Amino acid sequence: MPLLADLFLRFALLFCVAFGGATALLPEMQRVVVEQEHWLDQATFIHLYAIAQAAPGPNGLVVTLIGWRIAGLAGALVATLAMCLPMSVVIYFLIPHWERFQGARWQRAVQMGVAPLAVGLVFAGAALIGGGAGLAGMGWALAAGAAAVNLRSSLHPLWLIAVGAGLGLAGWV
Amino acid sequence: MAGEGAPAPSLKALFLGFSSVGLSGFGGVLPFARRMLVEERRWLTAEEFNVLLGLCQFLPGPNVINLSVAVGSRYHGVSGACAAAGGLLGGPLVIVLLLAVLYDHFGSLAVVQGMLRGIAAVGCGLLFATAIRMGIAVRDKAFFLPFAVLVFIGVALLRWPLPSVMVTLLGLSATLAYWRVQDAAAR
Repeated sequence: MPLLADLFLRFALLFCVAFGGATALLPEMQRVVVEQEHWLDQATFIHLYAIAQAAPGPNGLVVTLIGWRIAGLAGALVATLAMCLPMSVVIYFLIPHWERFQGARWQRAVQMGVAPLAVGLVFAGAALIGGGAGLAGMGWALAAGAAAVNLRSSLHPLWLIAVGAGLGLAGWV
Repeated sequence: MAGEGAPAPSLKALFLGFSSVGLSGFGGVLPFARRMLVEERRWLTAEEFNVLLGLCQFLPGPNVINLSVAVGSRYHGVSGACAAAGGLLGGPLVIVLLLAVLYDHFGSLAVVQGMLRGIAAVGCGLLFATAIRMGIAVRDKAFFLPFAVLVFIGVALLRWPLPSVMVTLLGLSATLAYWRVQDAAAR
């Protein structure tokens, strides 16, 4: 199959089960892109995640970067489209009926059932990013510190990212 | 269910409104979307926003992108959806691609790799914080947190393909939730 079509179909399929957003999809994207297809190596995958963290915009843009590294500008656009298209179509057709569904027992059941799955996925993504970045003692300490500060204060995450970038530049991580 | 009082925004207004949202946030732009839609431009009432957000959080995929599609298509169908999502993603897309070009040129330098590893470490910590916060918000923890553990084992440790893991576990957890919802109503 041509690379672009393959990329589109795989990412479009993944985003049909991306409960919890693009963040929840990190482990699966890594599995497909790095381990299964060998489109990227592990270090590059982690670097792209870091770049997306440091840029403004929705979290999903890591998908654009992955597409870029795999197949240039066309890859970036195809990957982004694959992320947006499936649920856009669903939303388009579901919106006129949504108010009727909302609050229905099955709707609340699915929403309740999805929540813990998304929790597990984001934990998996965190473990994978930390492990994949090859963090040593100092790196894990930085991760733990960032988590603690983020949970306990309202400091903007961008400051934490700047601290991480600075420490990394200095060669401490 | 068009917003009361406020006239329907034009395609250009949709594009520009969502552009401002896309460019204003780091690590998630949902709060900015709410401020633009409800407080600044008043395209949606607070209640309408909650209804649409409920739909977007119910469905898989990136919530904010889903939200832009929902708002855009409400006013101008397919072209409205494209204008809103294009506005949301356009600016950040250009920025992130410029960074990608820089990475292509300088990514092999040790200092750049060190910097990215530092950012990834912080990103890892932020993900753990997000996961903990999401875990705390799960209701009925004794019944549902085991599913989070199962997902973690299947996806992170066993590296099973996500679609089959999600379909299986969502079937089980939603069935359980269906019963729990009834129990809560009966009490």
